[in-house]
Amino acid sequence: MSVPQFFFGYFAVMLIGLSIMVVTRKNPVHSVILMLVLFVHIAGVYLFLNAEFLAAIQIIIYAGAILVMFLFVIMLLDLKKEVTERRFLKPWPLGLVVAGTFMVFITAVLGKLTVFPEPGKYSIDRIQAEGMMMTIGKVLYTEYLLPFEIASLILLVAIIGAIVLAKKRLE
Amino acid sequence: MVPLSWYIVLSAIVFSIGMFGFLVRRNLIIIFLSIELMLNAVNISLVAFSHYLQSINGQILVFFVITVAAAEAAIGLAILIAFYRNKPTVEADEINLLKG
Amino acid sequence: MKYVLIPLLPLIAFAINILFGRKYIKDKAHWVSVPAVIMSFILAVGAFMDVKAGKVININLYDWIVSGNFNVTIGFLIDRLTVVMLLVVTSISSLIFIYSVGYMRGDKGYYRFFAYLSLFVFSMLILVMANNFLLLYFGWEAVGLCSYFLIGFWFDRKSAANAGKKAFVVNRFGDFGFGLGIILIFLTFGSLEYLQVFPGAHSIVGQTLNIFGHEVDTITVICLLLFCGAVGKSAQIPLHVWLPDAMEGPTPVSALIHAATMVTAGVFMVARCNPLFVLSPVAMNTVAVVGGVTAIFAATIALVQNDIKRVIAYSTVSQLGYMFLALGMGAFSAAIFHLYTHAYFKALLFLASGSVIHALHHAKHDDEQNMQKMGGLRKYMPITYLVFILATLSITGIPGLAGFFSKDEILWRAYMGGNLGKFLWFLGTTAALLTAFYSWRLIYMTFHGKFRGTQESERHLRESSPVITVPLMFLAVGAVAAGWVGIPPLFMEHGDRIGAFLAPVLGHSEGHGTHAEEFMVLGASIAVALGGWFIAHRMYIKRPELPQKIMDKFQPVHRLLFNKYWVDELYDKTIVQPLLKGSEKVILGIVDAKIIEGVVNGVPALIGAFSRRLRRIQTGIFSYYGLVMALGALIIIGTMIFLK
Repeated sequence: MSVPQFFFGYFAVMLIGLSIMVVTRKNPVHSVILMLVLFVHIAGVYLFLNAEFLAAIQIIIYAGAILVMFLFVIMLLDLKKEVTERRFLKPWPLGLVVAGTFMVFITAVLGKLTVFPEPGKYSIDRIQAEGMMMTIGKVLYTEYLLPFEIASLILLVAIIGAIVLAKKRLE
Repeated sequence: MVPLSWYIVLSAIVFSIGMFGFLVRRNLIIIFLSIELMLNAVNISLVAFSHYLQSINGQILVFFVITVAAAEAAIGLAILIAFYRNKPTVEADEINLLKG
Repeated sequence: MKYVLIPLLPLIAFAINILFGRKYIKDKAHWVSVPAVIMSFILAVGAFMDVKAGKVININLYDWIVSGNFNVTIGFLIDRLTVVMLLVVTSISSLIFIYSVGYMRGDKGYYRFFAYLSLFVFSMLILVMANNFLLLYFGWEAVGLCSYFLIGFWFDRKSAANAGKKAFVVNRFGDFGFGLGIILIFLTFGSLEYLQVFPGAHSIVGQTLNIFGHEVDTITVICLLLFCGAVGKSAQIPLHVWLPDAMEGPTPVSALIHAATMVTAGVFMVARCNPLFVLSPVAMNTVAVVGGVTAIFAATIALVQNDIKRVIAYSTVSQLGYMFLALGMGAFSAAIFHLYTHAYFKALLFLASGSVIHALHHAKHDDEQNMQKMGGLRKYMPITYLVFILATLSITGIPGLAGFFSKDEILWRAYMGGNLGKFLWFLGTTAALLTAFYSWRLIYMTFHGKFRGTQESERHLRESSPVITVPLMFLAVGAVAAGWVGIPPLFMEHGDRIGAFLAPVLGHSEGHGTHAEEFMVLGASIAVALGGWFIAHRMYIKRPELPQKIMDKFQPVHRLLFNKYWVDELYDKTIVQPLLKGSEKVILGIVDAKIIEGVVNGVPALIGAFSRRLRRIQTGIFSYYGLVMALGALIIIGTMIFLK
């Protein structure tokens, strides 16, 4: 077993274990904390895949912003009694079967994926020569300019929408 | 060298676990977390494809997915708060106003 | 585009009245409908002028059905035949609409009456203006529907509701054949447009059709099937039974629909299809024989009826028989000519009898139409009496009046038509004798002698208001003068202007008879007209006890005629009762009790039980919906994987 394979094994085991933990914890606060660890591991996987910019974003945005927001909400809603109640809905075995079958299907189909099409022009050497930020920035601000602007618009809508929805009726 | 299919299978497993959580958990906050989990699972496969196909597009797509995830979490949690004011619960099976 | 307005205006009037009549318009409904119909009449006159100048208008407005090679448009063909019908329909409707203002005043369904009447005019105009068979069929069925509405207009009267149903059901028999005929036309010609079917008619002469192993001439089958529709709509034997019952409707309806326009639709249709009919001698002879037999058959029934409207109704059936007789003899323009004159004098007869009924509406309900309870009305209702006389002179064929010219034309053409023609001429002339008799009998029983009703109703007798009498006078002018456009060449060179006008569409009829024969036919017609008058006068004025004596002497004959040859009873025994009995057993016993009840009770029970379980799925909990959605996605993915 080579070194990359060993590390992949570590990340894979951690990711699967953490995600199972996340969806099964009774206390949502525990789930969020475990999610934080999980996101760090995903960032590690990104690093393995030569996506250091995304790894940074994963930590900053997901761990730094989104999960903190989750924690805020949990604190805001006083959820003491929920902890004592049932975790799952009644037909949870059906959900397990569905999700399990889904997994089997996807792995059965994609697990044998070995055929590579023509490799693109963004080889590791080129990205290294140009710099990761430079490469992504160039593509993002030229080819994907319009989706980028739309993304900013979506964020704006989300900000306004969240405020409007969450604020108390002033009357 | 790690083959691409390993990443894909990892991604599928994590996605399925997220899906399981989304389908069967009662707590709305954990349901939201499960959604985030599914999005991240997809992100893993996108980055893996991006790396193995030597194409930057996958990473750009992840960028947008993170954007949408952030927006979704913000709006979703805002709805949750607004709902909690009317009915102090975050249990999925107690939110049954859709019932005819 | 102005031609489109001709049918559109009555439709708009219908829409306004039916939508807003109940709440807003109420007893002002005539302010909507009457101007619309009069405008249609004016536009129809305009169309007549255009066509007279030599135009033939064929406009397609809208692609109705486009399906493979089955193309039907909503389009109008306005040629010489159409404009004659347009003028008849719109002019008579205008007068009858005005008449209805007085006749229907105070009725609680006033707006409804004008709405249906407008709808009828629209449908009738579509029927005559259509440029293809399917639109013709649409109009055909639409007038039938309006007829049903209007016969049963006083639906709280059981007999009226039943009469409406009877008319509807009996017409189904004919329309079934008509529909088959149209389908066969499409199968044969590949089109339903007149202008594509008729020119191609010659090419299918001799073509045969295999029906149950028999080779039958296609064109004969088509014509006979089309004629089926005409028999139903125009109340010919054996489907005549609905028309007398249709008199349950208000009198303006009887005049407009069941005398002047709708019942003549069959005549119009056969005349319209004359390029097909002339190619099939069998069909032509059938038409002629059915017409001739109906003419005399209905006339004999009319001899002994006591209900004033029923007499006129049988008279209508008889006159329609004349028209079919003419059609069958190839005298299409004579048939249309008679249709046109008949519309005036028959509408007049109906409206005048309506005026009588209106004056008698203080009598007991059963008595207001019973001639036995009338008599001596002429001193109370001089105008009605006068126009009644004019209409009767016209229908009996007294020289100089409308009915004389058209009826004489028909009889003369029949006389020239070989042996069968001679026989039909004899039938027609005999029927003319009977017509004269029963028409005068009606007048003598109604207007002469002493009033036989109650004193109460006698006190209320008076002439109707001008809104009723003025249309009567207009129609009287028509009943007198309408025939002057068709004076036979015998009396006046180029006198047969309507025949010449219609010749481009209906073909020209050439005569083979000598002047002597023509005078003989003429003389016979006049003789029977006067003879019938004389007999009636003798029986009902000179010796009023005579009818009773004759009645006693020929008891079986009288009963046969009075009961209308028991045709209704025959149908009742052979068709209606077995159907009722059978359906009682099958439908009530098995279908209704077991199947329908079972289904009716079972389905809700099943649905209830099912939905009680199914409702659990509708928990309102979004996770369950998500679960089902995931399951669905799973099935789709699974199918895609395993089908690969």
